[in-house]
Amino acid sequence: MSEAAYNFAYLDEATKRMIRRALLKGLAIPGYQVPFASREMPMPYGWGTGGVQVTAACLTPEDCLKVIDQGADDTTNAVSIRKFFERTAGVATTEHTAEASVIQTRHRIPEQALTEGQILVYQVPIPEPLRFLEPRESETRRMHALEEYGLMHVKLYEDIARHGAIATSYAYPVKVEGRYVMDPSPIPKFDNPKLGGNAAIQLFGAGREQRIYALPPYTQVVSLDFEDHPFEPSKADHDCDLCGAAQSYLDEVITDDRGGRMFICSDTDFCASRRADGLRGRLSPEEAA
Amino acid sequence: MDHAEILAGGFDDPAAQSARAFRACLEAMARPGRIQPITGAAPPAPISPAAGAVLLTLVDTTTPLYLAPSQDTQATRQWIAFHCGAPIVPAEEAAFALGAWGALQPVSRFAIGTADYPDRAATLIVEMPGATPPSARLAGPGIETCHEACLPEIAAFAANRTQFPLGFDCYFSAGSQLWALPRSTNVEAL
Ligand SMILES: [Zn+2]
Repeated sequence: MSEAAYNFAYLDEATKRMIRRALLKGLAIPGYQVPFASREMPMPYGWGTGGVQVTAACLTPEDCLKVIDQGADDTTNAVSIRKFFERTAGVATTEHTAEASVIQTRHRIPEQALTEGQILVYQVPIPEPLRFLEPRESETRRMHALEEYGLMHVKLYEDIARHGAIATSYAYPVKVEGRYVMDPSPIPKFDNPKLGGNAAIQLFGAGREQRIYALPPYTQVVSLDFEDHPFEPSKADHDCDLCGAAQSYLDEVITDDRGGRMFICSDTDFCASRRADGLRGRLSPEEAA
Repeated sequence: MDHAEILAGGFDDPAAQSARAFRACLEAMARPGRIQPITGAAPPAPISPAAGAVLLTLVDTTTPLYLAPSQDTQATRQWIAFHCGAPIVPAEEAAFALGAWGALQPVSRFAIGTADYPDRAATLIVEMPGATPPSARLAGPGIETCHEACLPEIAAFAANRTQFPLGFDCYFSAGSQLWALPRSTNVEAL
């Protein structure tokens, strides 16, 4: 049961109404950053207070919540947010992507395709994709209003001139429905193709920056690129050493001090589910014995 | 309308019921034209239970409301004043508007946002006689291919779409059924 000292899901009803109105306008204008009055949450800003407020505004008592940080359910950040909502909203929680109705994430999109009825909530540190070009909010707002995205393309093209490819590998900017350029939060660009045409509702919350934005299901989302340098959702050129997956995003893990290393799925639920199905990788402990 | 009637018809368990009602509002706005059940409110006629639930969930003292003549009675004003506290304002100043489609005309009065702040646009809650028959084919964000829905007309929504990213957004209510049409949806007659 939730504690009587808190309102359901911690936030008071007036705050939830304000966040809910911002979420609906976000859905009506895909990719546009809606200002909202972010509240102090009982956790530091770096811990995803924007995502937490969006989740709090969306949860119903019947929801089943999953929280991931870099793909993992068991990091300190993910565990503490999960516990926060177990305590304040009394909701069920899970580590299985398919069982969750609401998934709060930092830095990954689950490997398993999401379905209708699911909501993916992103924790966003810097919502403004034009920030590195122009620090003034009034100016970036103008640039979005006028679709002044030329400088963004120039920056990406400078990458190509310098590195032979676009060097940005996280928070790779996208264009939504041919209109707003949007920061997808620091997900690896490997995840970018999952932003578009997704059956789930995707909601983005930036606490410190006080912005909410959204992608309705099946929204057209295109990673910015050039005809002669098309977007490539790269990943490490390996299979997962634990489950053998060839198409999942991998973390490189140092295994000893002699340069030993292994590649494992960053999505821990995806990897564990494959292993439970009997799938094995190069270094699976069961086979090393 | 006596005092007891004004007090009645709100959410008995506001946090949980508004959370469920919001999810219906969220799903509706995210999937244009798809009908969502929404319950928990019992407003005085002629406000439908669906429209009443939207008011209880989204409208408060910070959101000026336009009450079109079709829904503007002493009883509805008292109920809204007690349960939402929204100031009743002219159409041009409204964040939300409630009424039958004909009574909301001309819809060109409603805020469509500004180039810098397109979110500062009105949300219309349009009371409908029913959710059928479908009259329009919808396409756009939230819709995989296309979806058929019942709309009160076509031209006004097609014109609203041409203003994107500006424009008003609509909920439609009939009984306990709710569906939506954001400004981003392409609309054509069936
Ligand atoms: Zn794996």
